[in-house]
Amino acid sequence: MNAMRRNVLKGAGGFGALSVAVAAGLLKPTRVLADWNQSAFNATQKDAALSAIGGEGAESSDKITVKAPDIAENGAVVPVEITANLPGLESIAILSEKNTNPLVGLYKMTDTDGYLSTRIKMGATANVRAIVKAGGKTYTAAKEVKVTVGGCGG
Amino acid sequence: MSVPTKIRASMAGGAAEVKILMTHPMENGLRKGADGKLVQANFIRNVTITIAGKTYLDAQWGGGISKDPYLAFRAKGVKAGDKIVLAYEDNAGGKGSTEATVG
Repeated sequence: MNAMRRNVLKGAGGFGALSVAVAAGLLKPTRVLADWNQSAFNATQKDAALSAIGGEGAESSDKITVKAPDIAENGAVVPVEITANLPGLESIAILSEKNTNPLVGLYKMTDTDGYLSTRIKMGATANVRAIVKAGGKTYTAAKEVKVTVGGCGG
Repeated sequence: MSVPTKIRASMAGGAAEVKILMTHPMENGLRKGADGKLVQANFIRNVTITIAGKTYLDAQWGGGISKDPYLAFRAKGVKAGDKIVLAYEDNAGGKGSTEATVG
């Protein structure tokens, strides 16, 4: 009984501190629990998005393949497969370079074989670029996809 | 309440092939609705996938992920019967999780 009371008090104290941090503008409510790289996702230029994820100056690598259709008739659903054959893989980022917000997804990966498959929206014909961090270095590869009808609505 | 999420995880060549399909509008806030007004942004921002207590994938998404997000990858060092948990959070702080078993 007593232990439960302690827990309740602890919980209340924790919440209080959190509320203060939120009120002080240190934390936005939606960012309290999970990381989300707001500056990178809100960037409207490829270069700004790249620098926000530390991807500028990435080295081109033939160990990365970006598989996507040559022509996407519907930009709202473009299948993309990234395979990164690099030891010490840490993360893969996917950008559609001409989208209103070029950064599409950022994936931290542990003990995978470097394969990632997803479906993205593309606003216009552009390079789909992968930025891969592995073994403390940053690598990149890209593939151009021609988009017939853009799928971002912008 | 969690959005409907399908998880398939099957062993193939020493790794588990994990396939995820979530049901979500993934509105990026840039699209106009039938009334000509912008549809409010509503998209999943964070997805983590944990197998047998270890995080294999920790993803951040923007509004550029297609509606009804699909995701596949292969996890090493897991075995049939391991518990796989997907947890997500959207841009409005909505959260949920779904569990499955590696088959």
